[in-house]
This record gives sequence, C-alpha cells and structure tokens, in this order.
Amino acid sequence: MGASQARTEHKYQDLADKTGLKKKRALTSICFMIMDFLLPHCSRENLDSIPALANNPIRKQIVEAFFDKRNQHQDEVGSFEEIGFEQFLMVMSHFRPPTLKTTEEEKEAMRKEKLRFLFNMHDTDNDGTITLAEYRKVVEELLSKSGAIGQEAAKAIADAAMLEVASTNVPHMAPDDFYEGITFEHFEQILKGLEMESRMHIRFLDVDTTTMHCGKSFS
Amino acid sequence: MPPRRTGSHRPAGFAQSLPERGLLLLTVLLLLQGSALPLGASSSPDVGLSQTDSDHKVTAVGHNSTKKSFPVLSLDYSHIQTPFEISLWVLLASLMKLGFHLIPRLSGIVPESCLLIVVGLLVGGLIKLAGEQVPPVLDSRLFFLCLLPPIILDAGYFLPIRPFMENLGTILMFAVVGTLWNAFFIGGLLYAVCQIQPDNPSDLHKLELLPCLLFGSIISAVDPVAVLAVFEEIHINELLHILVFGESLLNDAVTVVLYHLFEEYSGEGTVTVMDGFLGVISFLVVALGGVLVGAIYGILAAFTSRFTSHTRVIEPLFVFVYSYMAYLSAEMFHLSGIMALIACGAVMRPYVEANISHKSHTTIKYFLKMWSSVSETLIFIFLGVATVDGPHAWNWTFVTVTVILCLVARVIGVVGLTYVINKFRIVKLTTKDQFIIAYGGLRGAIAFSLGFLLNKDHFAMREMFLTAIITVIFFTVFVQGMTIKPLVELLAVKKKQEAKRSINEEIHTQFLDHLLTGIEDICGHYGHHHWKDKLNRFNKKYVKKCLIAGERSKEPQLIAFYHKMEMKQAIELVESGGGVKLPSAVPSTISMQNIQPKKPPAPKPAERALPQLPKGREEEIRKILRSNLQRTRQRLRSYNRHTLVADPYEDGFGDFLLKKQKMIELEKKIKDMNNYLSVPAAPPDSPTMCRARLASDPQAYSVKPVSESVPTIQVDLASPQSPDSVNLMDEFRQASQQQEEDQGLMMKPPSGVSAPNKPGEVDGAREQQKLMRCLSDPGPSADEDEDEPFLP
Repeated sequence: MGASQARTEHKYQDLADKTGLKKKRALTSICFMIMDFLLPHCSRENLDSIPALANNPIRKQIVEAFFDKRNQHQDEVGSFEEIGFEQFLMVMSHFRPPTLKTTEEEKEAMRKEKLRFLFNMHDTDNDGTITLAEYRKVVEELLSKSGAIGQEAAKAIADAAMLEVASTNVPHMAPDDFYEGITFEHFEQILKGLEMESRMHIRFLDVDTTTMHCGKSFS
Repeated sequence: MPPRRTGSHRPAGFAQSLPERGLLLLTVLLLLQGSALPLGASSSPDVGLSQTDSDHKVTAVGHNSTKKSFPVLSLDYSHIQTPFEISLWVLLASLMKLGFHLIPRLSGIVPESCLLIVVGLLVGGLIKLAGEQVPPVLDSRLFFLCLLPPIILDAGYFLPIRPFMENLGTILMFAVVGTLWNAFFIGGLLYAVCQIQPDNPSDLHKLELLPCLLFGSIISAVDPVAVLAVFEEIHINELLHILVFGESLLNDAVTVVLYHLFEEYSGEGTVTVMDGFLGVISFLVVALGGVLVGAIYGILAAFTSRFTSHTRVIEPLFVFVYSYMAYLSAEMFHLSGIMALIACGAVMRPYVEANISHKSHTTIKYFLKMWSSVSETLIFIFLGVATVDGPHAWNWTFVTVTVILCLVARVIGVVGLTYVINKFRIVKLTTKDQFIIAYGGLRGAIAFSLGFLLNKDHFAMREMFLTAIITVIFFTVFVQGMTIKPLVELLAVKKKQEAKRSINEEIHTQFLDHLLTGIEDICGHYGHHHWKDKLNRFNKKYVKKCLIAGERSKEPQLIAFYHKMEMKQAIELVESGGGVKLPSAVPSTISMQNIQPKKPPAPKPAERALPQLPKGREEEIRKILRSNLQRTRQRLRSYNRHTLVADPYEDGFGDFLLKKQKMIELEKKIKDMNNYLSVPAAPPDSPTMCRARLASDPQAYSVKPVSESVPTIQVDLASPQSPDSVNLMDEFRQASQQQEEDQGLMMKPPSGVSAPNKPGEVDGAREQQKLMRCLSDPGPSADEDEDEPFLP
C-alpha cells in the first residue's frame, strides 16, 4: 500500500514537473490528484458538446489537438480515443507563459514547443510538412463561418501564403522544381515575427478548477 | 538678392552650397520684412483714410482741391494683416523644416524639436531687436483650439489598436497613478522646500500649498507633442512607443481635473475631503465623458461615410469636421478633449476605411500628416518666441529644485509602478524598458499653455511658474531629447521591426485568436480572448451592417487584409511597368507552378473527334466549369449599378483584376478541354497563379475586357475556336440545363477568335493604357504605404 501511495505521489509530482507548472509543487500535485479522480476520461464527444465552442471556426482542429499523441512529448504518433487528466494537462502546458526568471534558452525552447503544437495542428497526416492541400484546409476552416465569399477567397489566400513561404525560404527555384510543403524550420522562419512565447498563453491565474469540465458537469 | 561675401570663419559644413545659403537668406529677409511691415502699418491706414477723406471732400465740396488722380497702386496692409501674418508664420515653419533636412549632419544629431525652438528664439530675438511688440503667439486659445487638435487627431486616427488595447492596463496605470504621484510629489516637496530657511524670508515664502500643488499638476503631465516629436526619430520598438505615447494621451483627463480643482480652490486656500471625493468623481466623468462624446461622433462619422459613394470628393471633410466637433463639444463641457479626439478617430476608422475610396483614404492620411506636422513645427517655434517674450522671474532655487524634482519623481514613479504592474503582465517590463519609459517623459507646450492660462490676480507667482515651466521644457526637450537616441543605441534597446506584415502572420494571428478562445472556452474561463471574441461577433453581426455600405459589411477581416495586399501588389505591378516579375521583399524566382502539385503528364491526344467522354470525367469537368462560372457570377453580382462608382477602375480595381483572371482561367480550361480530352480535371487555377503568369508575360492579356456596363451576368467566353469546342459547349449546355442551374447565366457561344495568344492584344493594350492612366497618381509611395505607423 505504502509503495503504491508513494508511487502515486511521485506520479503527480512528476506531472507537475513535466508540465512545467512548478510553482507550489506540493499544492499543485494535490490538485492534480483531485482532478485526476474527478475526470477519469474524456472523449471527443465530450469536448464537442461544449456549447461555447460552437461558434469557433476551428473547433474540430482544437478538439483534435487534445487527442493527438504528438502533443504528449512522447514521440508517439496517432491519436487517442479517450484522454485522461494527464494527457489533458500535457496539452494545456503548451499554453503557459514565460516568467521574469525564464532564461533566453528556456524562452527559445518554449517558443519551439508552441510552434510545434501549431505545426501539429496543421500537419494532419504527420508527414513532417504542411502541404498545399493541408494549408488550404486550414484557411478554409478559418473562413468557414463566412459563407460563400469566404470559400472562394480561401483558396487564393492559401496559395498566396504558400507562395510567400516558398519565396522567403527557398528564393531561387528552377521553374520545374516543386516545393513539397512547409517544413518545421520554414514554419519557424515565417512566424519569427510573432513572438509566440508571449502571445500563445492563457492566464491560469483565474482558472477556477472546480468548473473545468469536459462536457460533464462538476460542482 | 545680393549674395553676401561670407567670412572664412563660418564653420565648415554649415550651409555650404549656394542654394542653402540662399534659402536661409530668403528666410531672414522674409522675417525682417514681416516684422518691418507692421511698422509701416501705422502709417498706411492714415494714408488710406486721408485718401478717402480727400475723395469725399472732393465729391462733397467739389472745389478748391485739385482732383486727386486715380490711385493706380496703393498699399493697404491693415486690410490683410492678420491672414498675412499667419501665412508668414506657417511659411516660416515649413521653410525651416525644409532647411533642416537639407543640412545633412545636423538633423541626425539634434532632434527637430530642439532646432525649431532655437529658431523660435532667434525670431523672437529679431522681432525684439526690431523694436516691435512680440505677438502673443502662444495664446492659449490659439494653442488649444487650432494647434493641438490636428496632432491629436493624427495620433488617434492612426493609433494601432491592437497593441494599445493589449497594454491598456499598463498605460492607464502610468497615466493616472503616475501623473497623480508626480503632481503630489513635486507640489508637496516644492512647498516644503519653499518653506525652509525661515530666518531668511524670500519671495518663496509667500507661496502656499495649493498653488504649489497646482504647479505640480501642470508640470507633471507627459506631453504628447514632445513625445511624438522625439520618439518618431528614434524608431523604438512598438511596446515602448505605445506605452509612453499612450500615457501622454491618457493623462490629459487627470491633468484637466487636477488643474481645475486646484485652480478653483487656490483662492479659498483649502481643499476638503469632500472636494477630493468630488474630484475623483469628476475625473471619471471627464475621462469617460470624453470617450463617450468621441465615440458618438465617431459613429456618426462612420454612418455618414456609408452614404458618400456618390460624393467621393468630400469624404475626407467628414472625417475632419466630425472629429473637430467632437473635440470642441468635449471642451465645451470641460471634458477631456484629447480623449474625445482619440476615441473618435479610433472608433470611426475601421468603418470609414471600409466605405471610402482609395483616393479619399490617401487624402485623409496626407492631410492629417501635413496638418500635424505644421502644427508641431509651429508649436515649437512659438515656444521659442514666447520664451523671448517673457515675462520672466528667475529664481534659482525654485527652478533648479523643480527640474531635479521632476526627474526624481519620474524615476521613482516608473520604478514603483512597474514593480506592481509586472505582477500582472505576461510580457514583463525589464530595467531597460523602465529606463526608457522614465527618460521619455518629456514635457512640452501643453504645460506652458496651461501655465499661461493662469490668472495673474490669483497667482502672484505666475511669472516664476512660467519661467520654471519653460526651463523644465527646455531641459527635457534639449537634454533628454538629444541624448535619448545615443542612449537607445548604447543600451541596445529593441528597435522597431521593419518587416512588412505578411499574409502568413495575419492567418496565424487569427488562428491563434480562435485557438486561445477555444482553449479558454474548454477551461470554462472567461478571459481576455473570450470577451474579445464576443465583441468581434457583436461587431460583425450588428454594427458592421449599420455602418458599412454594401457587400463589404460581410467581408471577413482576413479577406479584407488579403484584398488590401492584392491591391498594393497590383499597384506596384503597374508602377513597375507590368513587364517585371511581382516585386516582393525577397527577390525570388518562385511562381505558382512551383507549389502546385504536379499534374500527371498528359497522354497524347489520340483522337480529336468528338469523344464520348466517360460519364465520370464529364461530370467532373462540368462541375469545375460550373463552379468557376458560378464563382465568377457571384463576384460579378457584388457590382450592380447601384454600388458601382463613376470610376470603376479606381474603386474596384482589385476585384476587377480577379474578374479578369477568372476569365483567363476559364479560357485556359476550355483550351485544355479541347486538347486533352482525357486528362483528369486539373485543379482550377487561382487568381494568384494567373497573376504570376501575367506578371512575367504581359502579352497574356488575351481576354476581352468585360464591357463597361459591368453589372450582371454576361459571361463572354472568349476562347479558342474549334468545331469540337462548339459541340462540347452545346453538349454541356444541354447537360447543365438539366441541373437546377442559374437561369440568369448566359453562355454566349464563343465568338470567332483565332488563336489563344493573339486575340485580345489590341484590347489588352488599350486596357493597359487605361489602367496606367487611372493609376498615374499612385498615391502612397512604397515606404509611406503604412496604415499603421507602428506596424509597417
């Protein structure tokens, strides 16, 4: 009994470390223990049924991102059918902000991690590149709430964007060469100006954990 | 104009070439003339008067006076005196600006504002030397009603909303709490300093607490004009720029309230707690009231611009007049006029820009820049002149203590506030940032004008105040203004990003917004993004429909951005002669064919006879055709006669290009169909691809331009000829009639056009000429092509 208890405690402390939520480790791991108890499993339908998400044009991609094994930092591919609290938290950990104490290398690592998350969201077939078709799909989804005007322009926009990526990264291509797709390095290059590490974050300060729900309600 | 022989003592590099010397000389002469004329003015009215008198005498009496000859040429200065002098000042200001940029090294070392103040000093000195009365140029009414609004409107209209809103909390903290701290710290300590040395009574002892606090509140506010003037030259990064600049704009409310509060009660000598409480309420009223007034006028302006499609010429006027009225209305109620102007500009901009024509947009931009530039120049010159004018009462203690206290208060305020603010910020402010924010707290003409407004009867020490204010202004503008640039270099503070905003960044910014909103929704957390998303949806659903004319109200932001980019590229394309490849930031040889997936090689055309296309293939081709035509029709539908403007090229240029490209793609499709009957359906060409091809081959204008009665739905398929195609078309027409197809769609049988490459050349050339003509006024040049000064 004692051994398994110690193991469980270790598990939550590890989890706290892994997700980088290092502050108040003990308190955090207790919270995680409670959460794990309350949210054993969550499936796609649970996430889909969140009413507030209905208006979001990229709802499908967001939900899919939670079930994507690539976001679990474990070098696996494919997707889960159901996720537990640990997986949920791993995905959420992509959204933590840098602090004053974060060093430059850590910031760089953080930025790579967040860009990787975005990249995985676009690269649905996991071949390491975002092809033109995949990029078109992204833009179409973004404009999906805008009706017919959106659809016809989506293709043009995606093409122009792809052209831009290619021009910036591989400026001189022979007319017969074919630009396969956006690799991760190119992706990093074009989004250099956006400062991901500070933009892509959620303020966890006010998150009320008792109302976190996966379609089920707790109180 | 006799050229002077210059001595050899002239410092090298100063006005070396003859034109520059000539220019300076011209200016000096103009000034002397301007100041000398008022001297002569005293005599001319008499002359004029006596002339009319004598004329009357002649007509009335009619005898004993010789009839005066008809005055062929007479001088009547008083008739035009005021406008003439105003124009002279404006001319002087503009010539000075010109002159500075001709002198190469000077403009690099010394900021323009310093040079202008020096010029003002010189002019004031000259006028005084000429024995004339220096005109009270920095009259407060003139300043607040004429000189200040253009600068603030320019700032407000082009305010980058996104960074401003993201940092609003920080900006408000600095503006409100920082200014309050400054005012009380400076006022209180000054009073304390004035009270010391009780055994050696001096003038200072007469100074009471309330006037000191009033003085503190006048001197503590960071001045937007000075900040703009200096910061524009140092190209600092966007965050710092918006923090200091935003603070200088928003502290106006605090200054207004404090000023009125202390001014009212200085006579009575005490301020009770009740008054303090009322002051707080007053602050809220002033600030929020100002914003409300501005927002109302902004919405009115946006609504008016919805109907201006027939009177494009006066569109800019609406923007200017509504904004100015917002300012005046706010000032009428003693609300914060500056905040009203900012709110007006920021609220109306997205809607007005969606409604007005490209040329009006350019006009607004250039007029605002012109007026604000002239205003700023005049303000600094007048500051110099007013300094010479006096009256001054120099008091070493008071002035030096003021200067020191200003600096100290600013530093302590910024450091303390940043410590608190950093607890709530994600992107923390580093020490370097804090230094720049503290150092960038410049004082300017607003402080001087407020001091000038003080009533001499209530404030015996008014002159001393004015002297101290001027000294502080000079110190901040000269010392801090000159040294901030080298300090920025020394500290290696991050500079402004020069990269153009790309379509990829735009796509991902939007993507991120939706992603973060989604994550927040999953967490059940109603944060920042959630409310922003709600506001956007409200805006899209209700507000845009009211305020934006026609189809553009439904245009999503991404598409609007894309169209803007296309328009810019199209203009660049035509400007560069049309024969060159699409100019882009990175010269590259990539075109669309590099990224389109390769088509499988076309099998040799076995037969040219009318084939029995396999059902599936036929279906595909039909679907593509239909979808292309449908899309074209949808595009065309947005132009009916009612929304069409007199000059379609000017307004619908981007869409016009798209239409043209759709034509080309249709034509190509038909050609493909003819030649490669068994080829699987090629992915339809996007306009970008066609444009890329267009760019490299200007002769590819092989399409007949859509006729001028643009509107509805005649799709003229200019296409290569062959009997096969006719039959094919017939077959398809029959097939498509079975569908629930567009009744309005007319497919005229392809007219007799010989070869794909020849046909429309003549038309193409004519068209190209038309394009060149209408775009001969390209408007914004390449580097001026910024809507948002902070996000080039």
